[in-house]
Amino acid sequence: MPIPVDALLKKKEHFDRGEHDPRSEDFHHELFKLEEQGEWIVHRAPDPIVPVETKYGVIKKIPKAHLWHHKSCGQCGHIPGYSTSIFWVMRKLGYDYNDPRDQTSCTAWNYYASATSNAAAQAAVAMRNFAAAYETGYFPLIHCGTSYGHYKEVREELMHHPELRAQVREIMGKLGKQMVMPEEIVHYSEWFYAMRHEIAAQQVRDFSGIAATVHPACHYYKLVEGDAIYDPDVYGGQRTAIVTGVAEALGAEVRNYSTWFDCCGFGFRHILVQRDFTRSFATLRKIERMKEEADPDVVLTHDTGCVTTLDKSQFAAMAHGRNVGVPVMSEAQFAALAMGAHPYKVCQLHWHSADYRPLLEKMGIDWEAAWAEFQQDLKRLESGEKQYLTWEDVG
Amino acid sequence: MTVTDERSAFYKNTKVAGFDDVPFEEKERLFGLVKADMRFPDYLYGCYECGICVAACPSARFYDFSPRRIAQAAAREDIELIYQQMQEDVWECSQCFSCVRCPRGNNPGGIITILREVAVNNGLASAREALEGYSRIIYKIMSTGTQVSPDMLQPDAFPDWGPEVKDVSDNLDMWRRALPPETLHTTSTGWDVDEKTLLELYLIWFHTGALDMISEVDEGLHMILQEVMEERLEDAGIEV
Repeated sequence: MPIPVDALLKKKEHFDRGEHDPRSEDFHHELFKLEEQGEWIVHRAPDPIVPVETKYGVIKKIPKAHLWHHKSCGQCGHIPGYSTSIFWVMRKLGYDYNDPRDQTSCTAWNYYASATSNAAAQAAVAMRNFAAAYETGYFPLIHCGTSYGHYKEVREELMHHPELRAQVREIMGKLGKQMVMPEEIVHYSEWFYAMRHEIAAQQVRDFSGIAATVHPACHYYKLVEGDAIYDPDVYGGQRTAIVTGVAEALGAEVRNYSTWFDCCGFGFRHILVQRDFTRSFATLRKIERMKEEADPDVVLTHDTGCVTTLDKSQFAAMAHGRNVGVPVMSEAQFAALAMGAHPYKVCQLHWHSADYRPLLEKMGIDWEAAWAEFQQDLKRLESGEKQYLTWEDVG
Repeated sequence: MTVTDERSAFYKNTKVAGFDDVPFEEKERLFGLVKADMRFPDYLYGCYECGICVAACPSARFYDFSPRRIAQAAAREDIELIYQQMQEDVWECSQCFSCVRCPRGNNPGGIITILREVAVNNGLASAREALEGYSRIIYKIMSTGTQVSPDMLQPDAFPDWGPEVKDVSDNLDMWRRALPPETLHTTSTGWDVDEKTLLELYLIWFHTGALDMISEVDEGLHMILQEVMEERLEDAGIEV
């Protein structure tokens, strides 16, 4: 199913939005103006930088190193190979980072689920984390798509509502923290996109026979939509380039399907207490469409909720004989596997549900041998020889 | 004919819908709170009735729900319908924000966030009902600073997620100790959060009124949270 890129571009030739199109305004002007006025400190993105283009042409700076990892609730809690793979790839490429304990959740999963919070609390949580990162000198890298989208929203609210800034400043004062806003709010998948050629240069497994479908996370590119990466070389610049750009750089074939723009069905509250909706949407609108139209070996996505929803929803659908059964993982895990990561010690695929073993075989990985190696490591823990596995243990 | 007219196809009798009717003035007061939210003018600009938000909306496919109706009711200030939506529709939204592809720049999902907040703050039946069974999640995020924890993966809680959930549950401690990042060895929180960090989070909940919001939907949970937080803050010598 080809994407009608030429037709879309031709259609857009008829539009002339003029010089003062508010969509292409660069928020950085306001960001730095507020710094000049003493409203906050702008935490500069540290060198070395990879400049990338966002939806309406504003350049975004992606720092390569010295990053403060703002971890994700769902990734750390239920799919820990996701976070581990992000760290592992960064270590392999030789870039330093900080894995902080002085970090809370953005709390937006709960906010979008239950509304038991408010704009001031949400902004204060964000600013507390930003200040904590600033104190270490490391620049925030946001692991979760919802944290990323929510923080962009918070930035907009704080930039345009002085009364909110005043309220949050007062709270930060009580915590003994400064008002700090990062120069860029950077999602880990933007880092992977910016680093895709460096990642591909260290690839040790051939992915040319792997077909993938991509599910883009709603909160990555629908919230503050201008601040998301687009690339004329990926989908003709008509869809966000992250994930797809990484998969293509690794030699995989990315296949199209008709419900690409649909959400996964996560629903925030629904995934926890009303999963009939989540399961139905994830399988009927996403997985079945992908299977029928693209028949992928793997579904790649880049957010906590999307991996969980698309992966875990398949079990019940399979019991009903639906056309499901495709592994789901983040592009971080996919990239780590390409670079030779262990499927269990690093990518932690045993926390996933849909059968990933045929995919590993296609990648040339002996999963039975890999599982036996992991079991050996567990025995070392069980015997008391070691209390924890370390980075040195996982290769 | 308005949508709250009994002859309208959209009308839902409040008794059938499962919530008690309240005087018009109360509905007007609630909408006043919605309009007073600083974000409201940023979320609503008008409506072409094009329905692109509905076409993009996952919840519209499985529920009697429409983001277009949300934007329209808010734009027309249809007090009766907005009240009905606060008592029913708002909890069906997935908060994915697919609806923000609106050509007028509306944010129906954002309007819903505000409507939900007002529903929670005023203890509406819909909020209490929607959050039944959700208390432990609120407790987890507000008291530990992480939303979901590894030990929540229990087969009886997630029977539809397949046998791997039991594998995780049976091997939890060992599998967490096998994770190379040092911050991930936890089982009751997503990662290891410092005590000082947690106390700062508690102060945010206290000072922004977020903790008090819980009392309107779950008094018991509010009491427990308040007690836990005050005790830890007092132990650290911090007065609220």
